[in-house]
Amino acid sequence: MVSNGDLVDQPQWAGVDKEFLAAPVKSAVDKFQLLPEFLKVRGLVKQHLDSFNYFVNTEIKKIVAANNEIRSQVDPKLYLRYKDVRIGEPSRMVDYVTEKLTPQKCRISDITYAAPILVNIEYTTGSGNSLKVQEKRELTIGRMPIMLRSSCCALYGKDEEELASLGECPLDPGGYFVIKGTEKVILIQEQLSKNRIIIDTDKKGCVQASVTSSTAATKSKTVIRMEKEKIYLYLNQFKTKVPIMAVMKAMGMESDQEVVQMVGRDPRYSALLLPSIEECAKANVYTQHQALEYLEKQVKPLPYASTRTEKRASSILRDIFIANVPVHDNNFRAKCIYVAVMLRRMMEAILNKDAMDDKDYVGNKRLELSGQLLSLLFEDLFKTMNDESKKLIDTVLGKPNRSSLFDMSKYIVRDSITVGLERTLSTGNWDVKRFRMHRKGMTQVVARLSYIGTVGHMTKISPQFEKSRKVSGPRALQPSQWGMLCPCDTPEGEACGLVKNLALMTHVTTDDEEGPIISLCYCLGVEDLELLSGEELHMPNSYLIMLNGLILGKHRKPQRFATAMRKLRRAGKIGEFVSIFVNEKQHCVYIASDGGRVCRPLVIADKGVSRIKEHHMKELKDGVRTFDTFLREGLIEYLDVNEENNALIALYEGEATEETTHIEIEPFTILGVCAGLIPYPHHNQSPRNTYQCAMGKQAMGNIAYNQLCRMDTLLYLLVYPQRPLLTTRTIELVGYDKLGAGQNATVAVMSYSGYDIEDAIVMNKSSLDRGFGRCIVMKKMVALSQKYENGASDRIICPPREGYEAERMQILDDDGIAAPGEIIRTHDIYINKQSPTVTRGAPAPNLPDSKYKPSRQTYKGPEGETAVLDRVALCTDRNNNMNIKFMVRHTRRPEVGDKFSSRHGQKGVCGTIIQQEDFPFSERGICPDLIMNPHGFPSRMTVGKMIELLGSKAGVSSGRFHYGSAFGEPSGHADKVEVISETLVKHGFSYNGKDFIYSGITGLPLQAYIFMGPIYYQKLKHMVLDKMHARGSGPRVMLTRQPTEGRSKNGGLRVGEMERDCLIAYGASMLIYERLMISSDPFEVKVCRKCGLLGYHNYKLKADVCSTCKNGDNISTMKLPYACKLLIQSLSDEAHAFSGGL
Amino acid sequence: MESTDGGDEERTTKGSAWDLPDLPTGTLPPHIQLQKTRVVCNKEAPTNTENVQYAGAYAAAGVDNTVRLDDFRENFRVEVIKLTEDDMEFDLIGLDASIANAFRRILISELPTMAIEKVLIANNTSVVQDEVLAHRLGLIPLNVDPRLFEYMSENDTANEKNTIVFKLHASCAKGGSRITVKSEELKWLPNGSEFLLAKGNSASNQDSKQKTYTSFSCSQDSLPEFADNPIAPKHADIIIAKLAPGQEIELEAHAVKGMGKTHAKWSPVATAWYRMLPEVLLLKPIEGDEAEELVKKCPVKVFDIEDIGRGVKRATVARPRNCTLCRECIRGDGWEKLVALRRVKDHFIFTIESTGALPPEVLFTEAVKILEDKCERVITELS
Repeated sequence: MVSNGDLVDQPQWAGVDKEFLAAPVKSAVDKFQLLPEFLKVRGLVKQHLDSFNYFVNTEIKKIVAANNEIRSQVDPKLYLRYKDVRIGEPSRMVDYVTEKLTPQKCRISDITYAAPILVNIEYTTGSGNSLKVQEKRELTIGRMPIMLRSSCCALYGKDEEELASLGECPLDPGGYFVIKGTEKVILIQEQLSKNRIIIDTDKKGCVQASVTSSTAATKSKTVIRMEKEKIYLYLNQFKTKVPIMAVMKAMGMESDQEVVQMVGRDPRYSALLLPSIEECAKANVYTQHQALEYLEKQVKPLPYASTRTEKRASSILRDIFIANVPVHDNNFRAKCIYVAVMLRRMMEAILNKDAMDDKDYVGNKRLELSGQLLSLLFEDLFKTMNDESKKLIDTVLGKPNRSSLFDMSKYIVRDSITVGLERTLSTGNWDVKRFRMHRKGMTQVVARLSYIGTVGHMTKISPQFEKSRKVSGPRALQPSQWGMLCPCDTPEGEACGLVKNLALMTHVTTDDEEGPIISLCYCLGVEDLELLSGEELHMPNSYLIMLNGLILGKHRKPQRFATAMRKLRRAGKIGEFVSIFVNEKQHCVYIASDGGRVCRPLVIADKGVSRIKEHHMKELKDGVRTFDTFLREGLIEYLDVNEENNALIALYEGEATEETTHIEIEPFTILGVCAGLIPYPHHNQSPRNTYQCAMGKQAMGNIAYNQLCRMDTLLYLLVYPQRPLLTTRTIELVGYDKLGAGQNATVAVMSYSGYDIEDAIVMNKSSLDRGFGRCIVMKKMVALSQKYENGASDRIICPPREGYEAERMQILDDDGIAAPGEIIRTHDIYINKQSPTVTRGAPAPNLPDSKYKPSRQTYKGPEGETAVLDRVALCTDRNNNMNIKFMVRHTRRPEVGDKFSSRHGQKGVCGTIIQQEDFPFSERGICPDLIMNPHGFPSRMTVGKMIELLGSKAGVSSGRFHYGSAFGEPSGHADKVEVISETLVKHGFSYNGKDFIYSGITGLPLQAYIFMGPIYYQKLKHMVLDKMHARGSGPRVMLTRQPTEGRSKNGGLRVGEMERDCLIAYGASMLIYERLMISSDPFEVKVCRKCGLLGYHNYKLKADVCSTCKNGDNISTMKLPYACKLLIQSLSDEAHAFSGGL
Repeated sequence: MESTDGGDEERTTKGSAWDLPDLPTGTLPPHIQLQKTRVVCNKEAPTNTENVQYAGAYAAAGVDNTVRLDDFRENFRVEVIKLTEDDMEFDLIGLDASIANAFRRILISELPTMAIEKVLIANNTSVVQDEVLAHRLGLIPLNVDPRLFEYMSENDTANEKNTIVFKLHASCAKGGSRITVKSEELKWLPNGSEFLLAKGNSASNQDSKQKTYTSFSCSQDSLPEFADNPIAPKHADIIIAKLAPGQEIELEAHAVKGMGKTHAKWSPVATAWYRMLPEVLLLKPIEGDEAEELVKKCPVKVFDIEDIGRGVKRATVARPRNCTLCRECIRGDGWEKLVALRRVKDHFIFTIESTGALPPEVLFTEAVKILEDKCERVITELS
């Protein structure tokens, strides 16, 4: 037995109970220890960091190498060549001095955390024949925003103490950027895999094969569809659909027989192909030349091309049609085979519906991460910069007489890359015209409401589809999501099921070199495509070998080939994330090394025997081994969704059989970070876990160790946050036990007072007095001391200490800025600022006092509440203006209407607050902190909550934190109810958690035993103080003179259409009149009784006049809503006479 | 212990109505007696929890249910079980639950104590926010007899009769290590506040002493009560805040008299509660293995085994007072027929955990006085 005792050796495990971990372990080898090791190596947001690191270390070099030359068109001898590129340290230039940046500094002073992109260049100088080649090193071409904790970041590899000295929270996961002081995360984008054949049906039910090709050069979508038994090609570059046989012929497959052979000799296939062949013959297309002629007619004309360029059809087929298959020397054979494979798979699907691909299958999806997105953006910006530089160089060179020596390197430094990257990251709009990419909302401000919300935000996957579509398929839980994506964590409402979250152990791959894999495949006996005839292609026992969607060739012994490849991977000879998947149905071996696949680590088993033995875990415990050694020695490997189909994975070692190939590390890792907080989630009704995943992000607590040094716009903190009594393994791994968001409340499940209906909870006033649920709300206010174009600037001056305004300026210091620690009330002035009256025109130094007008800023808070000015920070912003930030703190104790929730999706508002002496008490004098109505249980079926109560009760009485990890009972990561009950009994409680309770009001025992014990409760950010609103008379909208709308504008409460209907139905006519007119927008108008049009009151004549009749004889006064008068007048302006019919 | 009085009658199960005597005998039939005096704690739920208050409730049986002062005088007993500095456990016997509960309620919410109510913060550069610091200070129990002070109402000025002033000045030297500020650093200022009142035209009366936030007419330590008994927090080791190098707290805390119903900090007890005396009965003699099992079942060792000769072991109820009502002994098939768990309705085991301002026995007598006052008030209101 291997115990987890070594947990205790690490400081972060100091709180873990040795005894529990040393308890007898169920399964042969406890592999849990791998998990903290995995997370230690990879961190919680490894996917983002890996992706960014790959971009910064590899991809950026490739991009620069591919576009490494700027050559003047005017003088082709002049050129500039990029030799190397790298990202420097995060820093910025201030007054020509380089200053190192830390993320915290950037957050506070609203600047971008970026590092210079440094290039080494080689360029020619001089002119004519006296050319010289010069080199320059470390030239900055722009600044790249740096992902926190990536290999370029100042925080990389720092330990806890160093992080603290940099003002950073050691528990912060990183994985986001700091752009202009705001933290931005690039959401993981979910997409359909590129360069793969996908067989599905279109809207009409026609079977189609589609390939979205994406290469460095082009992007295209090719669709081959069977319509009315004939097969056509759909390509944007063609006006209409094109018969596929014509395309085949155009690519040189003139003989129909060859096509049939390539597709496969099965007569059913040839039968399906026959109508298409016939159609082609009907169109008189027999030869390649005829086919090209035919296609040429179908080509869409280019929008601005004046003359018809010839042979476009051929180039379309070469460059756009299935662009991922390369054509060398006009040899279309590879493309023909590819089309044939597409056709064959289509026909399989027609004959057998099971062969259809599932678009929602996770194996057909790719996740696009920040690195990939940034590389696209950078490539575009880099190319644009080079083009611009070239243009500039050419214009300079074009000038007849140049005075100074021409230095190319001077024309290259621009800030287009810096600005482009910064703007895209801060708006989130990826507008890359070069790659026809227009996507919005790719970045989001990191949610800093709670620590778990922040971590959860990094694992969020945003969907490819727009959310409005009413389809259930993509929203449903896919079996292939197992272990990769969290089954619980998804929002409710329109994005339900579309927005997903990664599971705990998921890894997202980055691109891997293809070249070595290709040559390896050929070495392992893959027969090259070029050497095969169409006939040989689909021989019964041979499998096609596909690498990243490309057909490499075929192999006669696919299983042997796959085993060999896997062995090589386990030996570390090829990348650990390369997946080898034998698809027996399609007679294909798919090898994938592309980026964006999701995969997860699993323990390898030989004939059902785990490769990880006790001594391995012991070595891990002793620190001899790391996760990587496990990987290198082939004890653990990463499987992606496709390869999982070739594996038989046992949940536990004990359940493994002969055929088992892999064993799960820990079953609770199928859940994500947010769902990992829930104790006993496997005992709950599943939607409850989903609700909790959404609510955990709104819970108040601690957000980071540096929470009081940050300047967040809005910050909710709990005064006394606690660590849950009933924890899970995930909580410890994530660090929720250090940055908790809730308190352990003693809950009695009973009805009390009637103020607990509809999930309301009754709270104990003494508990609140003692600090339960107390929270701090901090808000940021910003004042800017601006400089204007005429040189004048705002000024902040000493406030008057006497006079009528002095009272509102009490909290100001002599410098005119409010002092920290002062108590601030609504309408108080917190900065005594003055702005110059004239800000434009000629420079005006030394303005007299009269030229300034006051522009003070006043605090607006809840009426009657006092807040405290927590901190004042002064900094210089990007435009060199002084920026003053104020944090205002408001401490609140819970009040009636505040929202609370347990960790089981059971939210409720505080219904009433009751004195402790009225509260029930138990035989041992325990008085609950809150009372929850038992009606919350039957319909919600949150059994997990009941077990949490039992477990925490046993926990407090035995003095040991109990565990409730998901599916943890067999592996000992969750305490069993039986054991908990025994503990309860040992400490004199009833096994079922019910206590004998006395009523606090009558003093007599209650007629039932009450289920009572601690439950971890979260206080949610929704508080009545921020929401309550009512008004009598108040502001009105200018245009309609009706009351304003919304709480922020002190708006009225609208009697809406439906409320009005009720009043009509009831017949309360005078109430309607009063609500809709008197209390809204009453107005008096003059109406002419004769013509029915509006008149007016002439104040000079002191008479009413009708402007149409030109007299005032028949004028009456009438009351109507101002909005109605407005309508009448607008209509009459539109020349619709509107007569009142009086 | 005196628990099983009249146990034999009660052991009989409910008799049929036909077995009842035709004429009132002046005593209650056993099952009614049981209902009246015991709470029966069954496996699923307790029954007979109510008290019968109506004087004529048992008139049909010829029993008068009137509350009589003489009876009460005769039967009422108080037995102190445990008394330490802060805790006290005693039995109240022969009392209605409502009276016992009244004491409990008064103890929790109506007995006054002194607690810090106002905190004047001159400087606080620690991480603990001002409000939180003030809240923490408020909850510190003070070792002072509240009876020596008066309540301070809204428009009263703070004087030596209604306010106690403490000073806290802690700072952590730069370059040193973190320090913990504990409640022992709260220093009593017998002369009242030292902070000068900023407002007012100080220029006009230069000669007179400048005003502070309190106006004590004399020093509190000159009063005989405090002369050799300086006022301080009850516990010296309550953590108030932690200071990092360079941080400082300077404040003055004003404690006033108040009641627990306003804020829990004024509650003189950590908690006060009672439980009814447990009564455990063996309905049938339990012998042999069953007896062993019963003894093993109970986690608080209510039962013992006695040897009744010839190697036969019989279970006895040795320590019924220990029973926490975990109901283990009646769990399982048939056990409910063997063991009965009951509570004596007029016997309360009362526990007071004092926070330290007053010793628990004084607290209880004070509570009795308050109840007395209230009764008198009712009587005067009525007459």
